[in-house]
Amino acid sequence: MSEALDLAGVSVAFSGRTLVPPLSFRVEPGEVVTVMGPSGSGKSTLLAFIGGFLDRAFTAEGSVRVGLQDITRLAPERRRVGILFQDDLLFPHLSVSENLAFGLPPGGSRSERRHRADEALREAGLAGFAERDPATLSGGQRARVALLRTLLAEPRALLLDEPFGKLDRALKAEIRAFVFAHARARRLPTLLVTHDPDDAEAAGGRVIELR
Amino acid sequence: MLRAAPALTLALFLAPIAAGLIGTLAPAFGILPALGRTTTSLDPWRTLLAAPGLLTSLTLTAAVGFAATLLSFALACGFCAWTANSPAVRRLERALAPLLATPHVAVAVGFAFLVAPSGWIARIVSPELTGWDRPPALVTVRDPAGLSLIAGLVLKEVPYLVLMMLAASSQGAARPLLAAARAMGYAPATAWAKVVLPALYRQIRLPVYAVLAFSLSTVEVGLILGPGNPPPLSVLALRWYQAPDLALTFPAAAASVLQLLLVAAAILVWRGGERLARILARPWCAGGVRRGGAAPLLAGAGVLALLSGALGFLSLAGLVLWSFTAEWRYPDALPGRWSLAPWQRFGGSTAPLANTLLVGALASLAAVALALACLENEARRRLRPGTQALWLLYLPLLVPQIAFLFGAQAALVRLRLDATLAAVVWAHLLFVLPYVFLSLADPYRALDPRFARIAAGLGSTPARVFWRVKLPILLRPVLVALAVGFAVSVGLYLPTLFAGAGRVATLTTEAVTLSSGADRRVVAVTVALQAALPLLAYGLALGLPALLHRNRAALR
Repeated sequence: MSEALDLAGVSVAFSGRTLVPPLSFRVEPGEVVTVMGPSGSGKSTLLAFIGGFLDRAFTAEGSVRVGLQDITRLAPERRRVGILFQDDLLFPHLSVSENLAFGLPPGGSRSERRHRADEALREAGLAGFAERDPATLSGGQRARVALLRTLLAEPRALLLDEPFGKLDRALKAEIRAFVFAHARARRLPTLLVTHDPDDAEAAGGRVIELR
Repeated sequence: MLRAAPALTLALFLAPIAAGLIGTLAPAFGILPALGRTTTSLDPWRTLLAAPGLLTSLTLTAAVGFAATLLSFALACGFCAWTANSPAVRRLERALAPLLATPHVAVAVGFAFLVAPSGWIARIVSPELTGWDRPPALVTVRDPAGLSLIAGLVLKEVPYLVLMMLAASSQGAARPLLAAARAMGYAPATAWAKVVLPALYRQIRLPVYAVLAFSLSTVEVGLILGPGNPPPLSVLALRWYQAPDLALTFPAAAASVLQLLLVAAAILVWRGGERLARILARPWCAGGVRRGGAAPLLAGAGVLALLSGALGFLSLAGLVLWSFTAEWRYPDALPGRWSLAPWQRFGGSTAPLANTLLVGALASLAAVALALACLENEARRRLRPGTQALWLLYLPLLVPQIAFLFGAQAALVRLRLDATLAAVVWAHLLFVLPYVFLSLADPYRALDPRFARIAAGLGSTPARVFWRVKLPILLRPVLVALAVGFAVSVGLYLPTLFAGAGRVATLTTEAVTLSSGADRRVVAVTVALQAALPLLAYGLALGLPALLHRNRAALR
């Protein structure tokens, strides 16, 4: 059921000024494509367009498809496109396992859902963290929980908005490897935007430069 | 449905004010179909102008309004200049909140009990310092010059303006500016006045206008602390509205319109003063004087602000004292015998308490629901609020209550809603909503929008995001907004009186009625209860999230 993420003639303008030039490319299942550019080059705007969060002040053209389905006009919650930001944005009012359960599709008994969340934590080396307050986790642990939450929602594509930007050097390599490994294992088409050449190199895929 | 939220809110908000203004303007010019008068006439104005002491009333009203506003503003400036420069004093800022939550009526009654010739202060210093063994024949409350009225207003408005200033000045931004100015040799208070105040004033302009409008037109504080003959203009209007002779409704309406004109003129005059101050301020700032007269002036104002805060707390403490008194002989400093009897006697008539709780709860719940709907609509449609919206929001706080509540009551009569609980709740909503919205808007707009994006990316509908993500994270500000709304509602006098047609009694209407002459112990119980309810609400609003989120460090 692996599908590709397809961009056809996508461009975004803000009050007459082109932010994202027309872009057409395809991200294959399990591939990581990196969009590079300095801050202000419209990288995050591109992701906002794909995710469906573009501010009304922007005008956008082109279409986005996942597999055969055109998602350009779908509401964000129906696109099934997972997104990770620089901050982990774990919901502060929920425990770690409740955060994960928030991502799980509805259905199943409470204990089944609980079991799936525990299973995901165990695989990620976070066994025993289920009842913890996210605010008490370390930066690396939070980043991993954030990815798990996104993956449990069973997305069809993954968008990474500089997710490693705030991590220190040692942690950055570890989390990068963790994210890419999970994305490849699930054969997710993954689009990474960053201004850090190291990220692009670690991703090991094609690089598209914006300026 | 959410899209209709702003329109619905505005309609609920503006319709009564517009209907009320028209319904007051018409009788001011002789038209009141309910009394069979359908032709215009200037008689109401002739009656008004011929009323004995009208000119004194007008000058008293204007003098009290400007004096109370100027003093409150100066004291608030003195206090803020002080705390901005001295971290040790900053702890006092937290002490202001209880005074802010306390209704005007409670502070006014407590202040009257404090400074009256038979009041607590006279008892403390007598007979040692004064030689009084019975209350002297002095007029310290309800004096003809309105000094006690001004003082009573200042006690309440200083905490309000200080908290508005604190909310407006992100102290993070002010600190480096202050440090830079002080490094150039400016005295701390001078530095504050020259580099912080100018930008700050622009942000608290509307609250200052609200203070001016309130001081010019308050009925309840005027009834308790203002002179009786001639009274402030709004009290005069209310007296005529309540007179058994219905013909006095016409001059009452004319007086209400005059009150509206007076407030409008006063705001224009104040704006003129702002312009003048702006012209004078730039050369003053650029003049380079490091240690001029501003510093001692502000220091004096700061000390006075502290004194006014102390008087405020003393007023409330005196109320509590009186409410537990069996016998308090003059000039003893404390009651001779204590008793629970005043409270037990109150227990016999709980209808005002029940009405206060019910109206306060319903009005604040409705206001929070409307404010949340407007803010959520704004967030979903990614709208940016304009400044005109803020003026609209302040409208019920700027238009004098006496100028539209009679007309609004007439409209309620036509809708057969007058004297119902629903009418009182609606009338309260007008005054509750602005404060609730202002209290909720900042935290709501400050919530990271990426929480909603993440949740949508996880497949959550906007409704689920609202109920499961935004509301729980914002639990504390939502509860605080409820408490703010409740506190405002508890303190409202005139809206209760008019929308309830005098038949829905709350603690506030009871307190005002009792304050003219009833047993001090009975008054004290009612007023102490009125003062305690908002504090309880704030306690719950702060305590509940701490309990529910006790295991969530980021939300504590």
